[in-house]
Amino acid sequence: MGKEKTIAKPLSQNKSLIKQFNMLTDTNKLLTITIIVFVVMYICAVIFEGKGFLSPQALFNILINNAALLITACGMSVVMITGGIDISVGGVVALVSMSCAVYLDYHGGNVPVSILIALGIGLAFGVFQGFLVAYLDIQPFIVTLAGMFFARGMTTIVNSEPFNVTNESFVALKDTRIEIPFIGTYNKRGIFIPAYINIGVVVALAVVVFFFIMLRWTKLGRHFYAVGGNPQSAMMLGINVKRTRFISHVISGLLAGIGGYVYFMYVGSGSPSNAQGMEMNAIASSIIGGTMLTGGVGNIIGTLFGVMTLSTIKDIVASAGLSDPWWTGITIAAMLCLFLVIQSVVISNKDRK
Amino acid sequence: MQEGTVLEMRGIHKSFPGVHALQGVQFTLRKGEIHALMGENGAGKSTLIKVLTGVYSKDEGTIMLEGHPGEVTIKSPQDAQNAGISTVYQEITLCPNLSVAENMFIGRATSGKFQNWKEMNKAADKLLKNLDIPAQATKQLGNYSIAVQQMVAIARAVDLDCKVLILDEPTSSLDEQEVEKLFKLMRDLKSRGVGIIFVTHFLDQVYAVSDRITVLRDGKFIGEYTVAELPRLKLVSTMLGKEMDDMADIKEDKNAVSQKDEIPVLEASNLQSTSGIKPFDFYINKGEVNGFTGLLGSGRSECVRALFGADKTLGGVIKIEGKRIKIAAPIDAMKRGIAYLPEDRKNDGIIGDLSVKDNIIIALQVLEGFFKPLSEKEKNKFAEEYIKLLDIKTASPETPIKSLSGGNQQKCILARWLLTHPNYLILDEPTRGIDVGTKVDIQKLVLKLASEGMSITFISSEQDEMIRTCSRLIVMRDGRVVGELTGDDISQSKIMSTIAGE
Repeated sequence: MGKEKTIAKPLSQNKSLIKQFNMLTDTNKLLTITIIVFVVMYICAVIFEGKGFLSPQALFNILINNAALLITACGMSVVMITGGIDISVGGVVALVSMSCAVYLDYHGGNVPVSILIALGIGLAFGVFQGFLVAYLDIQPFIVTLAGMFFARGMTTIVNSEPFNVTNESFVALKDTRIEIPFIGTYNKRGIFIPAYINIGVVVALAVVVFFFIMLRWTKLGRHFYAVGGNPQSAMMLGINVKRTRFISHVISGLLAGIGGYVYFMYVGSGSPSNAQGMEMNAIASSIIGGTMLTGGVGNIIGTLFGVMTLSTIKDIVASAGLSDPWWTGITIAAMLCLFLVIQSVVISNKDRK
Repeated sequence: MQEGTVLEMRGIHKSFPGVHALQGVQFTLRKGEIHALMGENGAGKSTLIKVLTGVYSKDEGTIMLEGHPGEVTIKSPQDAQNAGISTVYQEITLCPNLSVAENMFIGRATSGKFQNWKEMNKAADKLLKNLDIPAQATKQLGNYSIAVQQMVAIARAVDLDCKVLILDEPTSSLDEQEVEKLFKLMRDLKSRGVGIIFVTHFLDQVYAVSDRITVLRDGKFIGEYTVAELPRLKLVSTMLGKEMDDMADIKEDKNAVSQKDEIPVLEASNLQSTSGIKPFDFYINKGEVNGFTGLLGSGRSECVRALFGADKTLGGVIKIEGKRIKIAAPIDAMKRGIAYLPEDRKNDGIIGDLSVKDNIIIALQVLEGFFKPLSEKEKNKFAEEYIKLLDIKTASPETPIKSLSGGNQQKCILARWLLTHPNYLILDEPTRGIDVGTKVDIQKLVLKLASEGMSITFISSEQDEMIRTCSRLIVMRDGRVVGELTGDDISQSKIMSTIAGE
């Protein structure tokens, strides 16, 4: 071993881009890569698939179509940063949308109570799964696998047939468009058509901002990273590891509840086949967004870009005429592969001493 | 408690299922001293530290701390931290994915729910500068070398306003320059009145920084000494529990076959493995019995594991009968007639639920390949032959091996390897935990096999065994070969002085 080698040199002297990149924390390295990939991909979409991708509304549509996924992916990122996983979220989303649909249409319920139902279901899953994972020390994969089956089963028990919700105040809420001033396009007659989003997008962006701040600037947020980085060390550093794990699952459950309602507002129906595979999309988005499955590394802004990247891939594949679902699957698989390789290269880079 | 004492532990007992790990141990730490805690592996050092830091709860005994009237109870690492006891472990207990500053401040009881990055980075930079640690507060910890990480851990501990700093094998992964830096930091802290408990197995380092030494052996308190009272040789004999004077140097006649000019059965040069031992040279001739000796944890087993391919080798050359070969995994060694009886009989040796017979024939079966199964008749023949030869006490060859006594299990494993007719047999602690009669049997067998032309490397914690059986002893200290003894030099006193480095 060389004498100087073992002590890191002050890096600020070298201003080259690569050196600067190497100075970043793992989380920021992966975030940078994610944003670059998204931008490159979007430019490709514009070049190859036409100007449709260029209008502001195209970008907002991505958010509208994926608001629920974004919310659940935020929860997934929190759990993954803490070193766990939650594959129950798709099931919880389905159960929430079905329960709310049945409550609103068959029982003549009102919207505020349906929202409470959604939150209640999500929270219940989060608390119960979190307890099993954190305090009984059971593998999160197993616990949430059971949760997934349970939620799917319960959805069918609540109602086995898919149906559309006709409750008036809900439909009104669902169809509410929020126009964005000054951003939009002119149609052929020269009339300005403002771009719009819906309530789901507002909720999703609020969730993103809230959890971005929480993970970066609160002690609890930093504890998630510490526990995910090395639970044994975190314990030695005086962090309550069990409580931190528990809270991460509660957050994921609660966000699955919120995401479930947003999903419900998007599709406007209850169905046992709702949100099929959403948990896997949430995991994929988190990974593309730079969250590591091994824990301790990740960023909510990255997750936002992860969701948008995933959706853009789907759009590109679809508008290339390959609308069969397997093409989407294969493309996403390739993307995930690429990102996992990048992650392992970037992260393992520092191990060479 | 006396004036100037920061920590006093008395009559500490701790048992685990089957082991009485601490038996009435005491330990006293004074203000501003570096106090080395010494003992072989398994002497109870780590257990004592873990009791003190609340990782284990003690069964009996009292712990008193300066500034705390009466006894203190420490139930968790958190309690210990709050009481002013900080620990830096051998393995880094920090989070590599967080920044240096975060690692110094996370989890500490400060008010508020929010993280003030600016203030934290400022405080961290100040402390790092103060202690002269070459790290930047905002950088990710994992980018630094282990040494710097170790120092960051110490910086954290020191900033917690600690009175007692425990350094548990802090130097095992550092090179010399790094160790020097650490020592400077330790002396600096000592002059500020911090009491430091220094656990290490490097003798040189003990004498370089310590003021006092407490020795433990087999979970018992042996004594507390000032460094001047306890020269190296005496320290080694105290740790081993052998008085220099009454060590009878019994030596039997051995047919010492150790001519260097013949081609060795196995020769290794500059061999290095992932286990952390320093590169070493080794050779063994036909019909020779040699052995590795040294304190527990000095790298004896690691050397033979490297020869057998049980640990991944990083460099060096192995030659068998003069021909250079590559040993990447144990099967390569086995195919060339090397057999290895591992140290950890329970985990690496027996397969508990299989019968005595299956345990005996398994290595031969592996060598033959699974597509050429031994017939039931052959198996029975081999098993019975070796049960008789080694006098294994078992109800029948079909008895599960786990129901046998330790000594008989060991004989089964020995039979397993003898059945493969090795040219070179490595025995790592073959006599541990077995009764005296069987020990003698095994020693006799070793000498008999050697006289029949087998080369054997023998490792044992009991030096008289080694002295009786080996014609050449390789002495190890701290992962390094420090000497080789042959002929009349093979004696207790000579071994000890070689270990001590005098």
